[in-house]
Formats: sequence, C-alpha cells, structure tokens
Amino acid sequence: MTKTTAQPKRARQKPEKADLSSEAKSPVNADLTKDQHTKFYTDMVRIRRFEERSLRAYQQGKIAGFLHLYIGQESIAVGCVSLMDENDHIITAYRDHGHALAVGMGMDECMAELYGKATGCSKGKGGSMHYFDPSKRYWGGHGIVGGQTPLGAGLAYALKYKEIEGCALCFLGDGAINQGAFHESLNLAALWDLPVVYIVENNGYSMGTSQERSSAHPDAGIAARAEGYKMNWAHINGESIFDVREGVSAAMKLAKSDSKPSLLEIHTYRYQGHSIADANHKKYRTKEEIEDYRKNHDPVSLYRDYLIDAKLLDEEGVKEIDQAAKAEAEASAQFAEESPFPPEEDILKDVYWEEDNPDQKTSGGRIFFND
Amino acid sequence: MPEITYRQALKDAMIDELERDENVVIIGEEVAQYNGAYKVTEGLLKRFGPKRIVDAPISEAGFIGMGIGASMLGIRPVMELMFWSFAYVAWDQIINNAASVRYMSGGLINVPIVIRGPANGGTGVGATHSHTPENFIANTPGLKVVCPASPYDAKGLMKSAIRDNDPVYVMESTIMYNDKGEVPDDDYVVPIGQADVKREGSDLSLIAHGPSVLVCLEAANVLSSEHGIEAEVVDLRSIRPLDEETIINSVKKTNRAVLVEENKPFCGVGSQISHTIQSQAFDYLDAPIQRASALDAPAIYSPPLEKKQLPKADVVIKKALEIC
Repeated sequence: MTKTTAQPKRARQKPEKADLSSEAKSPVNADLTKDQHTKFYTDMVRIRRFEERSLRAYQQGKIAGFLHLYIGQESIAVGCVSLMDENDHIITAYRDHGHALAVGMGMDECMAELYGKATGCSKGKGGSMHYFDPSKRYWGGHGIVGGQTPLGAGLAYALKYKEIEGCALCFLGDGAINQGAFHESLNLAALWDLPVVYIVENNGYSMGTSQERSSAHPDAGIAARAEGYKMNWAHINGESIFDVREGVSAAMKLAKSDSKPSLLEIHTYRYQGHSIADANHKKYRTKEEIEDYRKNHDPVSLYRDYLIDAKLLDEEGVKEIDQAAKAEAEASAQFAEESPFPPEEDILKDVYWEEDNPDQKTSGGRIFFND
Repeated sequence: MPEITYRQALKDAMIDELERDENVVIIGEEVAQYNGAYKVTEGLLKRFGPKRIVDAPISEAGFIGMGIGASMLGIRPVMELMFWSFAYVAWDQIINNAASVRYMSGGLINVPIVIRGPANGGTGVGATHSHTPENFIANTPGLKVVCPASPYDAKGLMKSAIRDNDPVYVMESTIMYNDKGEVPDDDYVVPIGQADVKREGSDLSLIAHGPSVLVCLEAANVLSSEHGIEAEVVDLRSIRPLDEETIINSVKKTNRAVLVEENKPFCGVGSQISHTIQSQAFDYLDAPIQRASALDAPAIYSPPLEKKQLPKADVVIKKALEIC
C-alpha cells in the first residue's frame, strides 16, 4: 500500500468582488420595486444598529452570557427571508438576531430578551441564542452547534407530510459542518427528498479555528460535500444581497417544486469575535483581513452604494434610514431597561404544555420536585 | 377479556392512535419492511403504508431530531429506538432539544413526540446494550418517562403517551414482550403519573418499576408462603410525573419499604423515592428504607453473572427480611 501524505487543504477562497449592478438584473432581482429595495436595505441597517446597541449594552453589563453578533452577515438573513412566503419556515443556530429581525420580530422584544426581561420574545427564558417566534415561522435560535440541523429536516418532513408546498431554510455556521447530526440530516434530507435548504453561513472561523484548520473538504469548497449525498449545492457570495437572493431562490424552487434539498455555502465575514467573550478574535486573524472585509466587502455598504448609483435612494434617504434604525435600537434598549424581570414563579412555567394548560390536564402525580 | 402479549398490547395502542389521528407516524430502524427488530410494529406497514410507517437509517441523532422538528409543526411521531441504549448517540436531541424548546421559546412551542423502545438488561448483550436511562430522563424537566410492566399498562400508557402534548419516553422490556395479560379491546388509557398497586399487603411495601415489578411479585409470593410476610407491590408505572401519593399511602400502611429497580444505585430512581418517603412519611417508618438495584458496574456479559448483577427475587427477599 502506498503511503499518502496529507496535502494542505485549500484555504477558504474569497470570491470575486460582487458586482451588484449586474446581479441586480438577474430574474429574481430585476423586478424588485423601490419600496422592496428600501425595505431590504432598511432591515439590514436595522440589524446592524440593533447589534451595535446590544454590544454597548453588553459592555455596560446589562446582558449576561454570550452575545454572538451577526454584523457583516446581514445580507444573508435579509436576502433569504425576502424570498419566503407563508408556507416557508426558518430555523437557525445561536447567531440568530439577524434572522429574527428579518422575519419581523420587533427590536423591543429582541432587546428585552437579551436583558432577560419578561417582555422578551421568550419571556427572558431563552436569551441571545434562543429567540423564537413560531407565528412568523421562525423556529429558533439553537445553542448547540449543529443541533438545529435535524430539526430543520423535521420542519421539511412535516411540510411534505402535510402536502404543503413550502420549504424549511435551515441555517448553520461553517463550524457546524463537522458535526455528526448535520451529516445525518443531509443523508435523511437527500434520502427522503425533504424540502429543506441548508444554508452554511461561512464566515471562515469556527470560533477561533479557521476553516482551513478544521475542515477537510473537496477543492470546490465545503458545499461540495453535498456530492456525497447526491444533493444539489452551490456557492453564493454573501456580500451581495442579489447573489444571495438568486442562489437561494433557485434552491427554494427546487425544494418547493421538486421536493429536493440543497446545501448552499454563502461566503461571508463577521467583524466581531465569535461571541463578545472572544477576546482573541484579532489574534487568530489579522487586523488587515478584518479591515479589508469592512472596507471592500461589506454587504450593507455595497448595497447602499448600489442603491445610490441606481438612484433608488439618495444620501438623504440613507441618512434617514440610518438615523431611524439607531433611534429604534436606542428605544429598544430603553424599553428593555424599563421592562420588569420575570417574576420568580415564572421559572416553573413553560416547562410542560400540560402544566400550562391545567384545564386539559390528563396526567396525575408530581411533576416538579423541589420540596 | 382477551389475553394478549405485552408486544401486541403496544402494537394495538399504536394501531388505535394511527387510526384516530392522521398526524401519528411511526419512524425507526427496521420498523416497516423488517416488521420491527422485536416485532412490535409487525404488520403496520402493510396496514398503514409507507407514509405512516417509516424505516429510518441508523442515524438516531438525525431521525429523532427530525421527529422533534416535525412535532413542532404538529406531527405526532412515535420514534422507535431499537434499544434505549442507542439514545446516547442522540442525547443532544433527546435531552437538549426535546426538553428545552418549549421553555426557551417562553411556551410558544410544544413537542408532542414519543420515543419508545426496550430499556433493560438481562439478555446477554453486554454493557453497551443494557442501559436503563429512565433516571437520566427523569432528571430532565420538560420530559416525561413511563415504564409499563404489564400488557394492560403497556397499551394504556402508550396511548396516553401518543396523545400527550409533551415529550413522553416509553421504556419497554424485551424480557416482557412475550408476557401475556388481560387487555380490553376498548379504547382505554392509563393516565401518566398514576402508580398501581399490583398486590395488596400490610407488612412491607415493595416499590418498583419495569421488569422489577415482576421480580417483586415473585418475591412477595415467597415472603407470604415461606415467611408469613404480606408485601404490597407498588408499580410506579410512571417515573416522571411520579405518583407520590400512592407510594406514601402504601408506606403509611406497611411502615417498611424496599425499593427495587434494574437501575444502578447512585442517583437511581430509588434515590428519589427514598427521599420522598423520608420527607413525607418519616414518622411512619419502622425501619430504614432498603434498596435493591443493579450491582454497580457496567452490565456484565457472562450469563450466569449477569443474573446476579440484576436484582432478583432472592435479593428482594433478603432485603425484606432484614427489616421485617
């Protein structure tokens, strides 16, 4: 047997700089109205301002635990959600604020959740990593890396079972692609033709470990692993909301018309650390790299420049959107600050459906065990 | 009343619920074409078709997690684990996701899933296949866990489990699958969280769940015929929720208790029961509470020694005689 020497894996390749003006002409983008553009841009700015404000609150000691910021990745959540209809569902990991705001959850409830307040979207029971709003078909907010990927298959399974022409968008980071549950999910999705779109938001680092140091994959990139499951896959450049919309809409169409899953890899970048507790994020990557992404590949700035060039927005409009988003974020912090903490008796609520619905209770016995 | 096996009783429960609710699906390894590794689902594919009865690949984390996701959207999956010992490869889904999603969403979501399968030792399959994780499950708020020990309870508890809006984990026993008992044809349920006194007695309470209930009944007969001791056998049936009232009433009557289980002793179910008794019936106890659990090592393979590792009637009798 010939001994083979492992070759260095190809580093994550930065895609060519996006050309928004030509990508705007693709079929899924060409008919967007000025109002739609304005809404997408506004949502991206709102996510950024919300997170910047939450970062400040964290630094002020108002927020406990972890805070995984989405800043730099906003085009993905907004682009994907812009394609959803009332039969489509979404689930993500712990970097979940952007998706929550994109589906229409309010800044107030989201900020209050970070503060652990009763007015939070999960009544202060979930925290940053665990936002939910099933009324908006948003199923979390999941804290364990890769743990949401079978749930995403399950949402798709339910849609298919009920013969609803919808799909599940299941987001994960590049750090989740080496989890067993993810591979089991890909196999089930392909085996059973589940209408699920797995979207890897590849920001290059699984916490402090670069993709190069964590993932063996084909030269074509991590999405090409889908070949092993005979599944559709594609690369998308996340710095362009138009590229996101184009690539994801094709996968959603495949899911909804043919009940076929896809694995998409969206190249993106986070400017902040893995979480705010990640003090080393300028050590495992260079300042120059962060600066380059901020300056040349920022999805919000690139979209703004396109909108101004295309005369869909002017400088004044941009400024107004930004100021309104800042004001909204500030107001949400005020709202969170003034909201009450949940009462102590809330600790034992929302544990069991049956305990919360005593009129429909059929079980007997003791369910909670503190003396 | 017809006499059927524990296995048939479980299947009858699933048939009833599959017919009653179109959102009930059976998913697991070998449940459909192979007719079930332990034949619990035999014939269901033929009767209900491949949409309702689904063979899963060997991917417990994947298919159980998928079931949890589907249940959030209103499907009622009944997931078979070929052995509960295989739960550990899906532990994140079983413990983290199923138990926590409701809580973390502030009560907006519920997870009406059933996970079922055998959880017992004593069959010569060694340490990896002989786990009894009901104590681990019961330690997790958000989950319910039941351990039927008779065909009647198997059917009634399975039906309750499938109708429940919270995750209910059903621990069966390969040793009991062929046991026969009287089971009505009609649509009855055994409510979760109600213990059952399987034998009345006045001198001693033997408190057990799962296969240990049968051990206790055997021990009770010997205690009666050879020692003149009338033991009451309390079958917990459900671990969480726990029917403390039945336990306490029995101990108040008999003033003595032996807690029997195939679980390991440390943090086993008996630890909790023991605490319950001392805190609610301290003044009624005439002797220290005794426990008979599995000997505290991984499940041994060697068949004669495996029989020694699990608490059998002779151990229960010995423990009983120490306090009677």
